[in-house]
Amino acid sequence: MNKQQTIEQAIAQIPAGAVVMVGGFGCPGTPFCLINELLRQGQRNLTLIKNDANESGIGISKLIENGQVDKLITTHLGLNKPVIEMMNDGRLEVQFHPQGILAEKIRTAGAGTFGFLSDIGIDSEIIQPEQIMEWQGQRYVVEMAQKAEFALIHAAQADSYGNLVYQGSAMNFSPLMAMAADNVIVETSCFGTPGSIHPSRVHTPSIFVNAVVVLPQLSNEYGVLDHHVRY
Amino acid sequence: MSDINRIIERAAQEIRPGNVVNLGIGLPTQVVHYLPENLEVLIHSENGVLGVAGQPSVDVIDPFLIDSAGNYISTRPGGSYFDSAVSFAMIRRGKLDLTMIGAFEVDQAGNLANWKIPGKFSPGIGGAMELAQKTPRIIVLTTHCDKKGNSKILRQCRLPLTAKHCVSRIITEKAVMDVTEHGLVLREKAADISIEELISITEAELIIPDEVGVL
Repeated sequence: MNKQQTIEQAIAQIPAGAVVMVGGFGCPGTPFCLINELLRQGQRNLTLIKNDANESGIGISKLIENGQVDKLITTHLGLNKPVIEMMNDGRLEVQFHPQGILAEKIRTAGAGTFGFLSDIGIDSEIIQPEQIMEWQGQRYVVEMAQKAEFALIHAAQADSYGNLVYQGSAMNFSPLMAMAADNVIVETSCFGTPGSIHPSRVHTPSIFVNAVVVLPQLSNEYGVLDHHVRY
Repeated sequence: MSDINRIIERAAQEIRPGNVVNLGIGLPTQVVHYLPENLEVLIHSENGVLGVAGQPSVDVIDPFLIDSAGNYISTRPGGSYFDSAVSFAMIRRGKLDLTMIGAFEVDQAGNLANWKIPGKFSPGIGGAMELAQKTPRIIVLTTHCDKKGNSKILRQCRLPLTAKHCVSRIITEKAVMDVTEHGLVLREKAADISIEELISITEAELIIPDEVGVL
């Protein structure tokens, strides 16, 4: 039941060409250490699924800028210039979804179902004609579930079974992705034995988690970014 | 006062006690700094926070707590954190009262374009489509003209739309305008511009009522 692994072991399971979900909205929730290990091991032709591309030079932007990513399924690239340029040059395929639709596609996969109906963007260019269906006089968009082979997750706290707690706005996509991927790799700097987290505080129950990597401490990447501070 | 400050300060007056409000990336997120401290409102940030308050003092910033624009925030008493599916369930279920949002273009029929400039700039959709389509009241905060001096308030949007007929009110540094069934009605204008000048810098057809307030 002990799911602790070394970071090398855990990331080495990801083959080239894998579809990998990555938690995080901006910095909070981004598993920087797992991403850095994926950068070091160098698996290529990856498809990444993440809310955003992080900022230039940090998080998954490193993997993209290093040419390890063929396709990014996302909602927003913010002001990440290198990634926007790679998209415009055709060096990176980008698939955009409305943010809550991407979340719900992932949640749906995590719930073991296959799709849902929505009306978001129904009159916009992001919806393909074949996605539209009519039912009892109403038009709907068919949205299919989005799963993945792997998910990389940062948790504020984890136990050896894989029960997870998130902190602040670092929750975002993480509990959804932890349910939707076949193989869930978690990093945490706060690790304990079973029972160290009260059952009522568990956000992601242990059985969704496959590997827990214990970080000796959080690096500067997890700290405050000076350019976002209002003085 | 700068144009930007004038827009933000005016926008803050739109928020009423008890409102649940989403503030979009750009000008709207700055509105939180202009709210009276005792005003009981819940600011929603789509990355999973209800009850957003301004950044705490620099030495106690929590790097795991930001708004959707990446600003460090705090939360007011009674706030909550949740995942992205719950966050957008709130939006799609119509639990928000008001969204303030930026625009590349907005038109006199209340159509909004703010996600894509084909061939030039397409950073993505983010939460904009769901917010625009599902919040009962949408207020656009934008400069009246773009950097080249062209009106951003149009007869008809030319860029790909975020959502159709979704905007209720437009606040710029020059004017406050309402989208009505009759067209775009001028409600307030800045003291330093005449109605003739305002009409000349606005591509949309402006309906001028007998009484126009001062912005």
